[in-house]
Amino acid sequence: MAEKKWPETWQEINPGLMVFKPASARSYLTGGWRAQKPILDNTKCIKCGVCYLFCPEGCITEDAEGYFMADLNYCKGCGICYHECWPRAIKMVED
Amino acid sequence: MKGIVENFDLYAPKLVDKEEYFSSGHRACQGCGEALAVRLMCKGLGKDTVITNATGCMEVISSLYPTTAWKLPWIHVAFPNSAAVGAGVESALKVLRRKGKIADRDVKTVSIGGDGGSVDIGFQAISGSMERGHNMIYVCFDNEAYMNTGIQRSGATPFGASTTTAPAGAASVGNKTWKKNMPEIMVAHNVPYVATACHSYPIDFINKVKKARSVKGPAYIHCLAVCPTGWRSSSDTCIKLGRLAVETGFFPLYEVENGKYRLTIEMPKKLRPVEDYLKLQGRFRHLTPDQMKQFQERVTLEYKKLMNKVKYSKSWLEM
Repeated sequence: MAEKKWPETWQEINPGLMVFKPASARSYLTGGWRAQKPILDNTKCIKCGVCYLFCPEGCITEDAEGYFMADLNYCKGCGICYHECWPRAIKMVED
Repeated sequence: MKGIVENFDLYAPKLVDKEEYFSSGHRACQGCGEALAVRLMCKGLGKDTVITNATGCMEVISSLYPTTAWKLPWIHVAFPNSAAVGAGVESALKVLRRKGKIADRDVKTVSIGGDGGSVDIGFQAISGSMERGHNMIYVCFDNEAYMNTGIQRSGATPFGASTTTAPAGAASVGNKTWKKNMPEIMVAHNVPYVATACHSYPIDFINKVKKARSVKGPAYIHCLAVCPTGWRSSSDTCIKLGRLAVETGFFPLYEVENGKYRLTIEMPKKLRPVEDYLKLQGRFRHLTPDQMKQFQERVTLEYKKLMNKVKYSKSWLEM
């Protein structure tokens, strides 16, 4: 049986509204909220990780080569990484 | 030598715990400073942590049923009693450990709340748990109003801010009172560790959380969290605003260890004028030069009072 997205009747609700699956919010993609998306330019990137540390979504991850990339499924397009990246390796463009 | 230290600071983000305990997919506004602060706090705490959360933005955005953004044991409690429930969890863990029902591990109880849930409504619960000396941390995420319910003023709202219950207009400057000095009240509880922090200085914040975790006894951290929605500022200036709050002396970062005050961030010799901080925020847009001067005088006075304590205070272990 396919997993249900949410309980359909009150009998299916856990006592105390407990949720047993940690980090299940990842099933909710917030990327649709975005008006602008960040473009990370690897030629200017110095791999310092400031964008990773300041992202409120935690959607910027490090790849195998040490460059950083934003997971556009979750990025809300706030522009913090663009504003804080001092080598100016990040640009915001209309999505 | 200086160059090496600078490079260390520059690449410090690489040394931070990569595990995300506060996952993506939470429903915070764009550029939410509080969500960032919670994420950084969890990185500092690690996995052996129980979190109790008062009602507020962090509860609403992280746990929309049937999903949760937390990877840590987390309980939502009513507005006033986050610290009381935290104290209860801490005592229960202690008893279970004594009876041998759970493994003997160092599990820290952390209570979190917004400024409404800490400075106004939950104040007596915090005061109680700090006074009883529970081995727990309380972290207040201060975004300077009740942002979750629609920007009503709280005890932590600064002078002159326009909120929905203290709107600025022809006869009003907005909020008429000054920000309540919560860290100072906690120092008066003889708590072993009190600190102020801001998400714009992440390494400093994580270090303070780690230090608070290692303290045996209660610890209190007051974290300024920028709220672009309530402060009427652009979402990309979130980090910049936090930095300006520190550099203008409006929210200096310090820690009080056993009564000894210490600034944790090197402050500029001459503070930046507070206008730099105010003009980026729509909630202060109506302030006249006279009112800004009044604001500046108060900020300078508070900063001088703090510097006096930094200069003359001594750890009570040395007395």
